[in-house]
Amino acid sequence: MGDTSFLHPQFEALSRTEIEALQTERLHNTLLQCMKSPFYRKRFEENRLSPEDIRTPDDLVKIPFTTKQDLRDNYPFGLSTVGLDEVVRLHSSSGTTGKPTVILHTRRDLDQWADAVARCLYMVGLRPGDIFQNTSGYGMFTGGLGFQYGAERLGLLTVPAAAGNTRRQIKFIMDFGTTAIHAIPSYAGRLFEVMEEMGIDPRKDTRLRTMVIGAEPHSEEQRRRIEDMLGVKAYNSFGMSEMCGPGVAFECREQNGMHIWEDYYIVEIVDPVTLEPVPEGEVGELVLTTINREAMPLLRYRTRDLTRILPGECPCGRHHKRLDRMKGRSDDMMILKGVNIFPIQIETVLMQFPELGNEYLIILTNEDANDKMTVEVELKEFHDDYPRLQALTREIARQLKDEILITPEVRLMPKGSIPTSEGKAVRVKDLRKTLI
Amino acid sequence: MTVHQISIFVENKSGTLVKVLDLFKEAGIQLIASTISDTVEYGIFRVICSEPMKAKEVLDAAGVSSSIADVFAVTLENYPGTAADAISFLSRAGIGISYLYSFMLSGKGILIFRTDDPAGTADVIRRQGMSVLDDDSLLSLV
Repeated sequence: MGDTSFLHPQFEALSRTEIEALQTERLHNTLLQCMKSPFYRKRFEENRLSPEDIRTPDDLVKIPFTTKQDLRDNYPFGLSTVGLDEVVRLHSSSGTTGKPTVILHTRRDLDQWADAVARCLYMVGLRPGDIFQNTSGYGMFTGGLGFQYGAERLGLLTVPAAAGNTRRQIKFIMDFGTTAIHAIPSYAGRLFEVMEEMGIDPRKDTRLRTMVIGAEPHSEEQRRRIEDMLGVKAYNSFGMSEMCGPGVAFECREQNGMHIWEDYYIVEIVDPVTLEPVPEGEVGELVLTTINREAMPLLRYRTRDLTRILPGECPCGRHHKRLDRMKGRSDDMMILKGVNIFPIQIETVLMQFPELGNEYLIILTNEDANDKMTVEVELKEFHDDYPRLQALTREIARQLKDEILITPEVRLMPKGSIPTSEGKAVRVKDLRKTLI
Repeated sequence: MTVHQISIFVENKSGTLVKVLDLFKEAGIQLIASTISDTVEYGIFRVICSEPMKAKEVLDAAGVSSSIADVFAVTLENYPGTAADAISFLSRAGIGISYLYSFMLSGKGILIFRTDDPAGTADVIRRQGMSVLDDDSLLSLV
């Protein structure tokens, strides 16, 4: 039966039938709640819909999607279903691609959010007595407070180390005996590098054994590298500020897909172009409906994250559906010579070469209407052996061709020449000019 | 029978060479000879210097990718044809040269090269009685 110790057995141990019954009930309440928001009232009127038309989760398709643009257009409080006197927290996105967005929480919303995160951390084996260090930025970024409240809810000693200052992070790990850490995957490599510089062997000299990684799409190979480097079990976490933040979906100890908490969300996977549901098990855009939120419920929210539902039962005993690791975003998909390519596909190939480091950059250019891809990747160990370098370059290009169907130019780069970006790693540089 | 050469993997971008040379300067390491191979894909800066092991340490500490290679340093009399003779001995033995560069030091011509068959090369050098340098004898000419 695997891990049967659930933090919330009343929700985690539900059968499929029970989950669906709970969803139907909570969806009904959510629709009534939505009618208190100016945005959804108008939208339902425009589409001649009423909450009574949506009886079960299957009826959701009648409702138009909610998009990030809707959040922007109704900035800051247009989607609120409660008076501001009931709202106790506000998180706002940076708005790098336009107007910012706002997510509001009542006291109950924060309470439920903390429970979800606590459930996730408990699921991977963390218990009171564990020392949990959170390297997320605090403030508007939900990975900070989200993990803080969830870990405290579970009773972990929670260190709000926040982002940056790697030497200080390592000092905390050593001094406090940190047993679990939350970081974005690219930062795990940085931690290891600096530990090496400081002469610290994470396996021998620290008590780290659990790592929570998320926020950046990463491959299975990258997870294994992180686990090997730091001597930890690394669990994938999925969250987004529109759905609270962390705690939406999380891997159990099977490390095979992230259980999405279906007592909080109804999941759909749709084709990002036709917006029709994809067949069971196929990749598409994740669409979520919140069914356990007061201040700002969202119906059929287009996350832009691409994933699929893993078929089959999880040996852990939970029947909450499992999301596959994120395949990228429906909006960072590259189309080259008519071929759809995701950066994660390229990363997966590169990570199979032990000669290569973790940093890479995909550069897209076009000359005479011909798209060209250049992949720059760091060489881990340099040997002055030209034929070997050439053979390696050719082999990388060949394997990439197998994966993405076009042949990129591969450039091996000296260590440190590809900048490690803070936060979400920038992997694609699209320098293509519009030719028309 | 060989000298230590430092091969530095450099990005094809202005400023990278200066960074390397500044590291040498700060460490008091003297350049004796150097060459840059500028293939499209990789920039490799090959250096013969006064203290190759120290240079390697300095580069490692600065996070610059480099490796140490054993290369042959043959001294030649300073008149026409000596280089042609030296290389023809190798080619007649079926040995290929990966790269080669030359310079003058204290009135002597010096050929630095790496081949695809180090053992065979050493053999040819011995049989032909060619004059080769090691790190110490090279430094004594400076």
